[in-house]
Amino acid sequence: MPTKIEKDAVSGQDTTGHEWDGVKELNTPLPTWWVYTFYACIVFALVYCVLYPSWPSLRGHTEGLLGHTNRADLARSLEAQTKSRAAFVDRIRTTSLADIRKDTGLFNFALAGGRSAFQTNCIQCHGAGGAGSVGYPNLADDKWLWGGEIGQIHTTIQHGIRNANEKSRQGLMPRFGADELLTAAQVAAVTDHVLSLSGRAKPTPEGAKVFQEQCLACHQADGKGNQELGAPNLTDGIWLYGGDRDSLYRTIFYARNGSMPAWGERLDEATLKMLALYVHSLGGGR
Amino acid sequence: MFFRHEKIETNVILMVVLTLITVSIGGLVQIIPLFTIETTIERVDGVRPYSPLEQLGRNIYIREGCYLCHSQQIRPFKDEVERYGPYSLAAESMYDRPFQWGSKRTGPDLARVGGRYSNDWHAAHLVSPRAVVPESIMPAYPFLAQRKLEFDDIARHLEALRAVGSPYSDEMIAKARVDLEAQVTPDADPTDLLKRYPRAVVGKFNTASPAITELDALIAYLQVLGTMVRFGDIPPDRLRQ
Repeated sequence: MPTKIEKDAVSGQDTTGHEWDGVKELNTPLPTWWVYTFYACIVFALVYCVLYPSWPSLRGHTEGLLGHTNRADLARSLEAQTKSRAAFVDRIRTTSLADIRKDTGLFNFALAGGRSAFQTNCIQCHGAGGAGSVGYPNLADDKWLWGGEIGQIHTTIQHGIRNANEKSRQGLMPRFGADELLTAAQVAAVTDHVLSLSGRAKPTPEGAKVFQEQCLACHQADGKGNQELGAPNLTDGIWLYGGDRDSLYRTIFYARNGSMPAWGERLDEATLKMLALYVHSLGGGR
Repeated sequence: MFFRHEKIETNVILMVVLTLITVSIGGLVQIIPLFTIETTIERVDGVRPYSPLEQLGRNIYIREGCYLCHSQQIRPFKDEVERYGPYSLAAESMYDRPFQWGSKRTGPDLARVGGRYSNDWHAAHLVSPRAVVPESIMPAYPFLAQRKLEFDDIARHLEALRAVGSPYSDEMIAKARVDLEAQVTPDADPTDLLKRYPRAVVGKFNTASPAITELDALIAYLQVLGTMVRFGDIPPDRLRQ
C-alpha cells in the first residue's frame, strides 16, 4: 500500500497517504488543545502512580510516596475530632450528672451531643421529639415507667430493659390468660377493674378480687404502679399499648413486656451521660 | 514505519489474536493479584456462615429487593463511622452471595443494624413502618408476618452454598432443620445452635403468628448483621491497608 501524502486540491488539506482502490482520505488532525490535554492526562496518571497506591503486584501493591490510605485518613480525622471535643468530653466523663447541669457551658455541650446521639440511636422508636408511639414510651412527658430522675434515666439507657444484659431492667408481667393463670372471664373482669381506675368503667367485686390477688404486688393497691419494677401507673390515662377495652384485655391476656437495648454496650460513657441529660431535658425530667 | 498496522488491519486472525492479548493483559493485572494478595481479605475472628434461619431471611431480603434502598457497607469516612459504627471489612461479607455493598441509601445502611433495635421493633416496623417512624418512606411488608417460611429444602440449600465455598460442615447440613427450628422456638435449647453459629439471635421474632413465618427469618437475619466481628478485640494496625 503506497503511503504518499498529497495535498487535496479542493480543501487544501493533506491526505493520510492511504489509498484503497483509488479512494483517498483527508487527514484532519485532532485539535491541538485536545492533544495536549491528552498528554497532560498521561503525565498526571504517571505522577499519580508514583504518589499514590496504584499498581497491584502478587504480594500487595505499590504504596506510593505519600503513603495514602483511606483508613489512615479516617483514623486521623477521628483523632482530630476527638481532640477538638476532648476538653468537653473528658469533663463530662469525670463530672457527675448533677454537676454537669450546674455548669452552663458544659450542660449546653451535653445537650447538643445528647440530641445528636438521640437522633442517631433513639428516634426510630421514641420519635424525633421523644413523643414515642404504641409500645414505645413518650419521653417528653413527666410520667416514667422506670423513674424520671436523671440517674434513673441514665441507668435505663446504659443497661436497657428486658434484654440479655445482666443489669438490664427486668420486671416481667405474667401472661395471665395465655398461661392460664386466669380464665377469660376473670381477665375480662379485671380489665373492667383497670378501666375503672381511670373512671371509665364501673368497678365490680369480681374484678376487684382478681386485682387484689394478682395485680396488687406490682401495680399497688391504688393502681399507681411501681417504678422499681417498671409496673406502670394504671390511673393516669396513659396507655403504652392502647387504652381501649380490647387492647387492655390483650395486654392482660398475653402481657407485653417491651424491651430496649443496653446502650452501654454500644456507646461510650460520655455519650450515655449526654443522652441522659438530653432525655431528662425533654420536658419530663424530675 | 516501525509499526506496520496495515498488516493487522488486513488480517482478521492476527487482529483477533492481538486484541485478545491486549485485553487479557489488562484483565490479568487486575484479577491475578486478588488471588494472591494476603491483604485482600483481613483475617478477623468471628465471621461465620449464616445460620439456616438467617440464610433464608437473607433470601427474603434479596427477594423483596431491600438492597434497592439499603446498602450494607459502611465506608471509611468520618460521618459514616460516627453514624453507623466501625467501617465494614471485606471479611464480613465473605459468605454473602452476592455481597450487599453499595452507596445507594434511600434508607439507612444496614451493615451494623444487628442488635440496634429490639425484635419487636423490627416486627412492628416491617409490618407498618410509619407506625414506629412517622417520617419513614419505606413500603410496608405486612404479608411477611402471615406467609409461612418454606424450609423443607434448607439442607440442600446449605449444600449448594458449600459447593460455592461457604464452610458448612456435614453436621451443620445434617442439623439444618433442627437448627432452624431451634432459633425461632423460645422453649428449645439453643446450646447446639449457638455452638455451631455463635452470636445467633434466638427468639420468636414474629409474635403475631405461632407458625415460623418469613418475618421470623428476615428479623433473624437483620439481627445478626454486623455483629459477628467484635471490633474492640482487633488491634488497629491490622486494619490498616
